[in-house]
Amino acid sequence: MATTYGWLVLAFPLLGTLVIAFGFRSLPGRYAGWIGTAAIGLAFLAALGTLIALQGHSPSHRELESSLWTYASTVGVNARLSILVDPLSVYMILIVTGISTMIHLYSISYLDEDRGNARFFSYLNFFVFSMLLLVLAGNFLLLIVGWAFVGAASYLLISFWYRRTTATKAGIKAFVINVVGDVGLVLGTYFIFKHTHTLNFLATFKAAPHVFAKGEADIVAGCLLLLVGACAKSAQVPLHTWLPDAMEGPTPVSALIHAATMVTAGVYLIARMHVLFELAPAAQDTGAVIGALTLLIAGTIALTQTDIKRVIAYSTMSQIGYMIMGVSVGAYAAGMFHLMTHAFFKALLFMGAGSIIGAMGGEQSLEKMGGFRKALPFTFACFIIGGLALSGIPPFSGFFSKDDILLVTAERGGWHWALYVMGYVGAFLTAIYTFRMIFRAFYGEPVAEARELEGGHLHHAEVPTNPANGEVEDTDVGFPGPHHTVAERAMPMRVAMTVLAIGAVGAGLVQVPGVDDVIVNFLRPTFASSPLYEPHTKDGLLIFGMVLGTVLGLTGIAIAYRIWVKQPSIAVTARERFGALYELFVNKWYFDELIDLAVVRPAAAVGSFAMNTFERVFVQDTLIGGTTGLVRAGSAAVRAVQNGFLRYYAALLVLGVAGVGFYFLLQA
Amino acid sequence: MSTILFFIAGFGVIAGAVGVVVLRDPFYSVLALVGHLIALAVLFLLLRAEFVAAAQVVVYAGAVMVLYVFVVAYVGGTAADSLGDEPLLGPRFAGSSLRLAGAIAGGALLIELLIALLGTGLKAISGYGAGYAPGPRTFGTPAYIGNLLLTRFLLAFEAASFLLLIAAVGAVVLAGRRGGLEDEEERKLTPLDLIRPQGTGTTAEGVGGQHR
Amino acid sequence: MSIAWYLAVSAIVFSLGVVGVITRRNPLVVLLCLELMLNGANLSLVAFSRMWGNGDGQILALIVMTVAACEVCIGLGMIVAIYRRRLPVDVDELRELQG
Repeated sequence: MATTYGWLVLAFPLLGTLVIAFGFRSLPGRYAGWIGTAAIGLAFLAALGTLIALQGHSPSHRELESSLWTYASTVGVNARLSILVDPLSVYMILIVTGISTMIHLYSISYLDEDRGNARFFSYLNFFVFSMLLLVLAGNFLLLIVGWAFVGAASYLLISFWYRRTTATKAGIKAFVINVVGDVGLVLGTYFIFKHTHTLNFLATFKAAPHVFAKGEADIVAGCLLLLVGACAKSAQVPLHTWLPDAMEGPTPVSALIHAATMVTAGVYLIARMHVLFELAPAAQDTGAVIGALTLLIAGTIALTQTDIKRVIAYSTMSQIGYMIMGVSVGAYAAGMFHLMTHAFFKALLFMGAGSIIGAMGGEQSLEKMGGFRKALPFTFACFIIGGLALSGIPPFSGFFSKDDILLVTAERGGWHWALYVMGYVGAFLTAIYTFRMIFRAFYGEPVAEARELEGGHLHHAEVPTNPANGEVEDTDVGFPGPHHTVAERAMPMRVAMTVLAIGAVGAGLVQVPGVDDVIVNFLRPTFASSPLYEPHTKDGLLIFGMVLGTVLGLTGIAIAYRIWVKQPSIAVTARERFGALYELFVNKWYFDELIDLAVVRPAAAVGSFAMNTFERVFVQDTLIGGTTGLVRAGSAAVRAVQNGFLRYYAALLVLGVAGVGFYFLLQA
Repeated sequence: MSTILFFIAGFGVIAGAVGVVVLRDPFYSVLALVGHLIALAVLFLLLRAEFVAAAQVVVYAGAVMVLYVFVVAYVGGTAADSLGDEPLLGPRFAGSSLRLAGAIAGGALLIELLIALLGTGLKAISGYGAGYAPGPRTFGTPAYIGNLLLTRFLLAFEAASFLLLIAAVGAVVLAGRRGGLEDEEERKLTPLDLIRPQGTGTTAEGVGGQHR
Repeated sequence: MSIAWYLAVSAIVFSLGVVGVITRRNPLVVLLCLELMLNGANLSLVAFSRMWGNGDGQILALIVMTVAACEVCIGLGMIVAIYRRRLPVDVDELRELQG
C-alpha cells in the first residue's frame, strides 16, 4: 500500500507536466498554474498517504521496495525501475511536495501575466517530479536519472527568461558545474558497484560492510566522488559558484530549487549513503570540513552583497554547509531536521524577497531599498519571522535544528571541536547579515517606491531593464512580463507565505531536545545500522550550546541594528579600514576568477588549439586536403592520358601489348 | 634453291615494309607496299600455299592497292609528314617524342616476338613441315581450299561475305556526296522532316550539333 | 627452310608496321602500316599451316585478307570524307575525342 502511494506521488507531478506541456494552448486563461498546483497538492496528499501507510508497518519493516519493470538485465547489471519507500524518503517527499505546493501557489500570482506562464508551470512540475524521483529512487540508476533531470530542470528554470543574456549564462554555468557533479556521482557509483555488483540500495547497504574493509581505497574513492556530486548539487565550495548566479531565475524558482529542494539533494545523498560513508571515514571528514568551510565563506560573502536575492542565496549556501557538516559527522537526524526547518524559513525569505522586488518594480539592489516597513507590513512580518528563524533565535525552528547539529559535532570530539567553533562563528555571521538585509530594506527613510506604495500605487519602471546589468529589455516572451505584484495585494501569495511562516515558527517544536524526538524516532529505521545515530545528549553541553546560540544570535541582531539602523557610517569606516578583507568578500573570495584561470582558460585554450591548429592544419589540410590532393593529382595524371592523339593511343596500346607479352614470356 | 629464293623474297618483303614506313610521299609508300605484297606472295608460294599466294596478288595487290592508289591520287600528300620536322601541337606527348616511343614499342615487340617464336622454350615448332602427298586435292591447291571453305569453315566464309557487303555499303555512304553538305537550307522537305525534330537524323547530330 | 625463318620475317614485318602506325601522321600511311601488320600476321599463319600440314591457317589468312579489304574500304572512305570537308588530313589534328 505504501509503495502504491509512492508511485502516485511520482505520477501526479509527471501528469501535471504532461498535461500543461501538451495542453497549454487549449487551456483557457491561467489554468496552467492551478493545474500545476493541484498536481503537486495531490502529490502531497499521496505523500501523506505514504506516511500513514508506512507507519502502519512495524519499525523493522519500514524499508519497502517496489519495482515496476526491469530496464535491462545484463552483464551483472540488473537495472530496474524501482522505488524505495522508507522513513528517509517519505520525510523528503513530504518536505518536497509540501513546500512545492506553497511555491506553486505563490507563483500563480507572481507570474500572472508572464508570457511564459504555462511553460513555467510545466517546468516547475517537471522539477518536482525529478526531485521526487531522485528521493524515491531505489537504486543507483534511478538516482542518477533523477539527479540529471533535476539539473536539467534547474537549467530550464534558471534561464527561464531566456532572452536575458545574464540568465542564459547563469543557466549554462549551473548546468556545467552540475555535470561535474554528475560525473562524480556516476564514477562513485562505479567504484561501489565494482565490489558489490548490485545497483539496488538495500542490497548494496547490506553487502557493503562485508565487501569493503573500513577505509579501503575503493570505498573511500567512491564516497569522495559521491561527495563531489553532493557538493556540486548543494553548492559547496569549490563547486558553489553557480548558486549566486542562479538567482537570475524567477523568485519562486530560487525559493523552490535553490533553497528548499534541489540544493538539499546533496544532503539527502550523503544521508542515504550513510552506510558507505561510515566505511570511509576519510570521506566523512572531508565532507565535514567542506561543510564548515562553506558555511564560513558564504557567511562572510553575504555580509557584503547588495543584491537581496544574492544575500539569501549565500545564506542558503551557508546553511547547506551546516547540513553537509551534520550528515558527514553522523548527525543524520539533526541534519535532516535542519533541512526541513531551513526549507520553511528560506522559502519564506525568498517569497518575501519576491514581494519587495515587486514593490521596487523589478529592482533587486539593497542600496536602492529602504523604509518599506509601512508600505509592506505583511512582507515585513514574514521577513522578521524568517530572519529570526534563520538566526537561530528560540523558539523559532532554526534554533533547535542548528544547535542539534553542532551538538553532535562536538560529541564526536577531537578536531571536531574546531568545526563546532566554526559553526557558532557562522551562526553569529548569519544573524548579522540576515538582519543587515532586513534593516536596510525595511528601515530608514522610505524610498520613492515605498512612498508610492504607501499612497496605494505600485511602482512600475517606465523602461524595463535587467536588474543585473541595467540592459534595457522589453516585456515580451522570454522577458519578465509587465505585471508584478506584492504579497499584500495577492491572496495566493499571502496564503503560501502564511503557511510557511507557521512552519518556520513551529516546525522546531517537533524535535525539542529532551522533550520530544519525533524526527529521530521517525528516521530511526533508515539509520538503524549506524552506530552514530543515537544522540547521547550530554546535558551540560546541550545547555551551553543553546545558550551560546541564543546569545550569538541576539548579539548579531544588535550589531546589525546598531550599524544599519542607528549609524550607517560605521559600515563605511569599517569598509575602509578593512579594505582588503572587504575586497575579498565582495569579490566572493575570487572563486570565479580562480575557476576561470584554472579550468575555463585551459579548456578554452585546448579548444582553440583543437580548432585552429589540430583541426585546420592536421585534419583539414593534411588529412583531408592531402587525401583530396592526392586523388586530384592522380586523376590529373590519368586525365593527361586522354589527350585525343591517335598515335599516342596506338603507342600506349602497343606498349601494353609488349608488357603483357613480356609477362607471359617470363612465365614460360 | 628454295633457300636462295627465300632470301630474295624475304629481302623484298622487308625492304618493302621499310619503304612503307620511311618514305615521305604517300604514293611511294603505296608502291613500296605493292612490292612488299608481291614478295610476300612469293613467300607464300614457298610455303606451298598456292591459292593464298594467288589471292594475295590478285585481291590484295591488285584490287586493294589500286583502291589505295586512287585515293592517294585524290587526297595526296597534303599533310605534313611525320618523319620530317613537325611542330609540337599542344600536349607534350605528340611529335618527336612519339618517334622514340614508336621505336621502343616496335623494338620491344620485335624482340619479344623473336624470343617467343624462336626461343628455346618453344619446342612446338618443328623445323620442317609435315609431309604431304602431291595430287589434285592436296595441300595448298584451290580445290583443297575450296573444300575447306565450304565444309569446315562455312560460317566464316558466309560471315566474311556479309562483312564485305556491309563494307561496300558503308564506304558508299561515307564517301558519297550527300545533299546536306553545302546548302543545308535548300534541302527539300519530306513528310518525315516535318515530324522529326530539328537537327536529328544527320551525322551532324552524331558529332555534336550543327555549330561546327 | 625451317619455319623459324618465316616466323622471323613475319615478326620483323609486324614490328615495322607498329612503328609506322605510331610514327606517321598521314592517315593514309597509317592505314598502309596497318596493312603491313596484317600481312605479317598472314605470313605467320601460312607458315604455321605449312608446319601442321592442314589448311586451317590458310583459310584464316584468306579471311584476314577479306577483313583487311573491308577495313581499307571504310578507312579510305572516311579519309575521303574528311578531305571533302576540308579538314586537315592529319591524325594529330583530328582529336575531338579526348578526355
